[in-house]
Amino acid sequence: MSVSEKDVRHIAALARLGVTDERVPQLVDELNRILEHMDVLQAVDLSKFTSNSAKVQGMPLRPDDSVPTQLERAREDFAPAMRDGFFLVPKLETHGASGGSVQSEGDEE
Amino acid sequence: MNFGELVPEDFATIDAATCATRTLDGKSIGAHALHSINVTHQQRLLRDGLNAVLYVDGDGAMKAVSDLHLALHTDKNAAGVDRQNRPLAGVPVMIKDNIATLRMPTSCGSKILEGYISPYEATAVKRLRDAGAIVVGKTNMDEFAMGSSTENSAYGPTLNPIDNTRVPGGSSGGSAVAVAAGAVRIALGSETGGSVRQPAAFCGVVGVKPTYGRVSRHGLVAYASSLDHIGVFGKSVDDAALGLRVISGRDEFDSTSSTEPVGDFRATRSDNSEMPLAGLVVGWPKEYFPESLDPNIRALCERSRDTLQSLGAEVRVVSLPHTSLAVPVYYIVAPAEASSNLARFDGVRYGLRKTGNGLRELYENTRSEGFGPEVTRRILLGTYVLSAGYYDAYYKRAMAVRELITQDFKNVFASGVHVLLTPTTPTTAFKIGAVSDPYEMYLSDIFTVTANLAGIPGLSLPIGRIEGLPVGGQLLASHFDEATMFRVAYALERALGAEAHQ
Repeated sequence: MSVSEKDVRHIAALARLGVTDERVPQLVDELNRILEHMDVLQAVDLSKFTSNSAKVQGMPLRPDDSVPTQLERAREDFAPAMRDGFFLVPKLETHGASGGSVQSEGDEE
Repeated sequence: MNFGELVPEDFATIDAATCATRTLDGKSIGAHALHSINVTHQQRLLRDGLNAVLYVDGDGAMKAVSDLHLALHTDKNAAGVDRQNRPLAGVPVMIKDNIATLRMPTSCGSKILEGYISPYEATAVKRLRDAGAIVVGKTNMDEFAMGSSTENSAYGPTLNPIDNTRVPGGSSGGSAVAVAAGAVRIALGSETGGSVRQPAAFCGVVGVKPTYGRVSRHGLVAYASSLDHIGVFGKSVDDAALGLRVISGRDEFDSTSSTEPVGDFRATRSDNSEMPLAGLVVGWPKEYFPESLDPNIRALCERSRDTLQSLGAEVRVVSLPHTSLAVPVYYIVAPAEASSNLARFDGVRYGLRKTGNGLRELYENTRSEGFGPEVTRRILLGTYVLSAGYYDAYYKRAMAVRELITQDFKNVFASGVHVLLTPTTPTTAFKIGAVSDPYEMYLSDIFTVTANLAGIPGLSLPIGRIEGLPVGGQLLASHFDEATMFRVAYALERALGAEAHQ
């Protein structure tokens, strides 16, 4: 199996990673060179395999009453943009008449 | 405040346990932390030198010393100093940059978290401080722990103190260098595929990864949650055992942390008997000694094997048949989990923000500018193997093979083998820039990733040198059997003596 330029653009979009046009062919090459080493897994016979991961890797349960971690510093100290206790982000394109084409309030830069 | 007597000449040879004893006896409280900061400067461990230490907190260290002094004084007046509660009294420690600390940044070697100071502290760090340790600095690392050489840090590569033209290994390279250079006896690192044991081997120190669940991951910035572990570097086996003992145990903030009793990892530290390993079975897994293995590394492992035999252990050749599949499995599972975990770095709640045309561009610009090339590559790889149409062929299949690898270990340990002996790495420390192909770099972890996939404990200790460069021997044990692993490590360290560093 191998990835194409179209695949790389698609997965970059899914991962919300901005990738420049020049970088795409390089990434195709790099990912394919990594993925070719994964093909060995396709040859493993798993016909007799039955997973018991649920038994061995099941997490211990706890009462659903834990309290959140106490923060030593306010969110305002490390959030890029906040107002009235909310994190600010640009307007979504579906909201308002601007269509997301202008800098919104949350953008400070 | 009384800092105690001046730093004695043999300071570098004082191990963590002795340092704690001296501190509890009222001698040289604070001298060790001061010495640590001095060495950090003298050995040029900061950014303008070996680039191993990103941040030093002298004021914080001195405040911690002062608090400790007060606490010891108060304890003494009340019910006497409770030594058991402060096994690391006055012991300076350094922390990898992806483990949350309150006073210094936690930047994960990344631009996306540059200057970020966590609003909470990792459980492991809190336990070190509660035990009396003095946190003096944060250490450099491959960005988000993705790498095997500490060349992938946004703050530049870390250099190996033994040969400055070579890498220290990674991703916890800074912590390994801090210990190797004598700044601290104990440092925390993290492991997802060998990131403590591999740099420990390259720098000639001890590195231990506990059983998955032994140490809380609360406050460790997540890379691949089912593989991530906090581990410990020590100058000696005892330093590592002491450090690990302190941070181990159930933590309510990490539901994967185990309630399994911790036990005494240091029980055999003073065992001077002639046959300390009588009755013990050491496995020699043939898949870890392929024809292609460097004959010098093989020879050093054979010397260690013979040493273990001379100490009373029985050595058996064993097989872990799925070993060769570990690296492909790892580089599917780890990137898959990373692609999910690193989704949180989006420029909204913390860290870097790069705006653009709307919310989607804010995400894309922030992430493309904030992440380096290896992190980008792994996020893309992980997104791909989880995407519709490829999930079954890659991720699901890799998870099935992961179970086969785990089962291999269980079969060997069920057959009566207590500990496995292997090389930690297939090579010694390589030159900076020498490995440019990503997959070739991934193969540095070929002998270490298996323990992360299976969740078993592993330890690397120095077993000799090749042309002056350290070689690590790896001990692997069954789930939650760190005590047996340390028993073998203590015995091997003592028997090899100076030869381990020659």
